[in-house]
Amino acid sequence: MSFDVVLRSILSAAFVGSVIRVATPILLPALGGLISELAGVTNVALEGLMLIAALVGVVISAFTGNAWLGCLIGVACSAVVAILLAYFHLNLKADIILSGLAINIASSGGTIFILYLLTKDKGSSSKLASLSLPRIAIPVLDGMPVLGPMLSRHNVLTYVAVLLVFLIWVFLYRTRLGIHIRAVGENAEAAGSVGINVRRTRYIALMLSGVMAGLGGINMSMGYLNMFQRDMTAGRGFIALAAVHLGNRRPLGVALASLFFGFADALSNQLGSLAIPPQWVQMIPYAATVLALVVYALQGRAAAVERARRLQERLQAHVEATGGE
Amino acid sequence: MSSLIEMRQISKLYPNGVLANDRVDFSVERGEIHALVGENGAGKTTLMKILYGMEAPTEGEIWLRGQRVHIRSPIDAIRRGIGMVHQNFMLIPSFTVAQNIVLGREPLDRGLVNYTEALRITEQLSKEYGLKVEADATIDSIPVGMRQRVEILKALHWGAEILILDEPTAVLTPQETRELFTAIRKLTERGKTVIFITHKLREVKEISDRVTVMRNGRVMGTLKTAEASETQIARMMVGREVFMVVDKPPVQRGGVVLQVRDLTHIAETGHVRLRNISFNVYAGEILGVAGVEGNGQTELVEVLAGLRPATFGTAMVDGQSLLNHTPRKVRELGVSHIPEDRLTYGVALDANVAENTVVDRYYRPPFTRNGFLSVGFIMEFGNGLIRQFSIMAPDASVPVRALSGGNMQKVVVAREFSSQPRLLIAAQPTRGIDVGATEFVHQQLIQKRSEGCAILLVSADLNEVMSLSDRIVVMYNGAIVGVFPDAQKVTEEELGAYMLGLKKQDPAEMEAYL
Ligand SMILES: Nc1ncnc2c1ncn2[C@@H]1O[C@H](COP(=O)(O)OP(=O)(O)OP(=O)(O)O)[C@@H](O)[C@H]1O
Ligand SMILES: [Mg+2]
Repeated sequence: MSFDVVLRSILSAAFVGSVIRVATPILLPALGGLISELAGVTNVALEGLMLIAALVGVVISAFTGNAWLGCLIGVACSAVVAILLAYFHLNLKADIILSGLAINIASSGGTIFILYLLTKDKGSSSKLASLSLPRIAIPVLDGMPVLGPMLSRHNVLTYVAVLLVFLIWVFLYRTRLGIHIRAVGENAEAAGSVGINVRRTRYIALMLSGVMAGLGGINMSMGYLNMFQRDMTAGRGFIALAAVHLGNRRPLGVALASLFFGFADALSNQLGSLAIPPQWVQMIPYAATVLALVVYALQGRAAAVERARRLQERLQAHVEATGGE
Repeated sequence: MSSLIEMRQISKLYPNGVLANDRVDFSVERGEIHALVGENGAGKTTLMKILYGMEAPTEGEIWLRGQRVHIRSPIDAIRRGIGMVHQNFMLIPSFTVAQNIVLGREPLDRGLVNYTEALRITEQLSKEYGLKVEADATIDSIPVGMRQRVEILKALHWGAEILILDEPTAVLTPQETRELFTAIRKLTERGKTVIFITHKLREVKEISDRVTVMRNGRVMGTLKTAEASETQIARMMVGREVFMVVDKPPVQRGGVVLQVRDLTHIAETGHVRLRNISFNVYAGEILGVAGVEGNGQTELVEVLAGLRPATFGTAMVDGQSLLNHTPRKVRELGVSHIPEDRLTYGVALDANVAENTVVDRYYRPPFTRNGFLSVGFIMEFGNGLIRQFSIMAPDASVPVRALSGGNMQKVVVAREFSSQPRLLIAAQPTRGIDVGATEFVHQQLIQKRSEGCAILLVSADLNEVMSLSDRIVVMYNGAIVGVFPDAQKVTEEELGAYMLGLKKQDPAEMEAYL
C-alpha cells in the first residue's frame, strides 16, 4: 500500500470511527485514574486491574454463556483488587506506587497462569468460546453517510464511556462524595477537621478507579478484541495516567487527552500497512505520550513567560508615557 | 454558677517526654474574651488542643457547662459547640469561600450540592457577624486576613459557641487586626465566648476581659486585664523584668554592602510585584522596610534571597551580582535570610534541630570531612546553638516538628545569625515569638549591626521597624514611596499615611537617601 492510500484512509470517516474505538480502553481507566488522583492516591495499578477484568470477563462469559455476567464479575474482581490496594496503602501504610506496581506485576503473571490452567495455552484464550458485548447501531445516525461510520456501531462500552465523562463530572463537582474526594486530595487534614472520613473517602476513590479500569479491561477483551491475550493492555493503564495529567485533572480534559492518544494508536494501526519497520510504527502511541507530556509542561511555562513579557511591555509603555511611575 | 469551661489539673506528657501541661487549672466564663499568653513552648497550644479534642490529656478533667465531658476528637468538640481556628489554616485552596464554609455539611437539592444555597448561607453568616468575605472567590486568590475570617465563619456555621483563636493576629496587618477585634467584640455581644492566644501584650490589653499567663507548662495566674499592666504580665510570663524598649548605640555606618537598582519582578501570574526598586544598605546599619503586607515586601526578600527570579534590574552584594543565582550561591556571597514563612522555607519539619542548623553549610568543613558528614560535630554544633539561643528543646536530636512555633523560629534565627553574614535579610523575624524571645532577637540584631553587618529588616510590626531601624523605606504597591533617613524622627501616623498610599515622595528627592 502506498503512502497516499494511507493518507486517504486517515482522512476517512472510518478512521475517525477507529480513533473512537481505540480511545475507549484509554478513556475508561483514565476516568478511574482521575478519581483516585483527585483523592490524592495515584493508582498506578490501572494496567493490572484492566488485565484482571479482561481475563475474568472472558472466562466467565465462556463458562456461563452470558456476556453481561462476565462483564459484571470481571469489573467486580478488578474493584476488589483495587480495594486490596487501598488496604495495603491506607491500613498497612505501604507506599501506593510500589504496591500498585506489585499488583501490575502479579496481574501480568497471574492472568497468564490462570489462562494456562484453563486452556493449556499461554498466549491467548482463543480456545474458549467467549462472548463479546454488543455493538450498538444508533437509530438515525446509522444510516447517515459520514456520521454513521464515525459514530454508530461502536461497542456498548464506548457509549458508556462517553456517558461516564458527564456522569463523573457531575459526581466530582456536584455530589457530596465527589466534593469530599477532591477536598481530601487537596488538604486531607482540613477535610478531616470537618468530619470527612479521609480513609473511607480514599477507599471509595480507589474502588471506583478499580471499577473504571475494569470496564476498560472488559472493553479490551470483549469488544476491542473477542478474546484475552497475554499482556493485552500493552501499557494503556499507564497512558491513561498520562491522560489524567494531560487533561488537567478534569473529566472533559481527560476525555480529549484520551482521544489524542486514541488518534496516535489508530495512526500506528493504519501505518502498519506501510513498508516502515513495524517497531517504529508501534512506537507511535508511546512516543506521542512522552511528547505530549513534555509539550504540556513546556507550554505551561511558556504561557507564564508570555504573560509576564506582555505585562512588562505594558509597564514600560506606561513608564514612558507618564515619565516614571 | 459554674464556669462555662473548667479544665482541672490537666497534665499532658508527650510521647517524647515533654511535659507540656503540668496540672493546669483554666476556666472561662460565658461571654468573655479570655486571653492566653505565655512564652514559646509554655503549653498554650497544647492546652487548647486538649480542649478541642486533638490531643488527649494524660491526666485531668474537663467540665463544660457544669458537666464532666470527654472530648475525643475535633468533631466531638464541634458538636459540643467548641470551634478552633488554627495558626495554619484548614482550608481547601481551590474551593471557593462558600464551598469551604459548608464543607462536610453541604446543602443538597435533589441529591446534588446546591451552590446557590451555600453562597446564601455564607453571605448571611458574613452579614450577621460582620466578617467580610467574598463568597465565590477561591481561597488561593484571597488574602490571609480573609482566609482567617473564612475559618471563623466556618466554625460559626458549625454552631460554635466557644471560639478558640490560636495567634490569630500573627498573620494580620494592623488594619486587619482592628477589623478582627471589632468582629470578636460583636461575637461576644451575641453571647459567644472567645479564647484568644497572642504574644502581643498590647492586644491583650486592648481586647481581653481576663488573661491567663502560662510559663513552662504551668499556669502562673489569671488576672482581670483592666487591673494588670503590660509590664506586670510580661514579668509573669518570663519570670524576670523584660525591656520592651530597644537600647541601641548610635549608628556607625560603613560602606555599601547591598546595592539594588531598578529591581522589577513580575510574578508568574503576570502581576507586577516590584516596580523599579532602588536602594542601598550600608555596613553597620539597619534599613527597615515598612508597609502593609502584600505590597511587594515578600517578593523583594525572595528575589534577593534567590528564591524568585528578577525580571529586570540589578542587585549587588559587595559588588557581586545577587540575582538569579541559586539560594546556595546567594548564601555563599555572604547573605543570610530569615524567611517570613518559616514552615516552607525556614525549617525542614522532620529533620532534627542539628540538621536544621547546618542546612546552609553542611557541605563545607568542618561539617563534612572527606566527603562524609561529621555527624558528631553537627550534633555538638546544634546543641551549642540550643544553649546559645535558649531554644526550648531537650537536645539537638529532636525533630523540629516537635518544637513549639516560637522555638522553630529560634532555630531559624540561630542558623542565620551564626553564619557570619555580610548582609542579613530578616523578614518578620519575631512573628509568633514571645516577648522574651523577641527581646533576644532584637538584641541579636543590634549586636550584628555593631559587628558591621548590613541588615535589611522587613516587618509588618510598625513598632519593631521604628525602634530597630536606622533608616526606613515604605513600600506601597510594589514601589518605594517614601524614605526616612532618620528613623528616630518619623511618627507612626506619618508612616501610616505612606503605607496606605495617601502620601508619596518625589522619586528625584528620594534618590539621595536611598
Ligand atoms: N506533637 C508534639 N510532640 C511532642 N512535643 C510537643 C508536640 N507539640 C508540642 N510539643 C512540645 O510541648 C511544649 C509546648 O508546646 P506548645 O505548642 O503547646 O507551646 P505554645 O505555648 O503554643 O508555644 P508557641 O507560643 O511557641 O506557639 C513545647 O516544648 C513543645 O516542644
Ligand atoms: Mg502555639
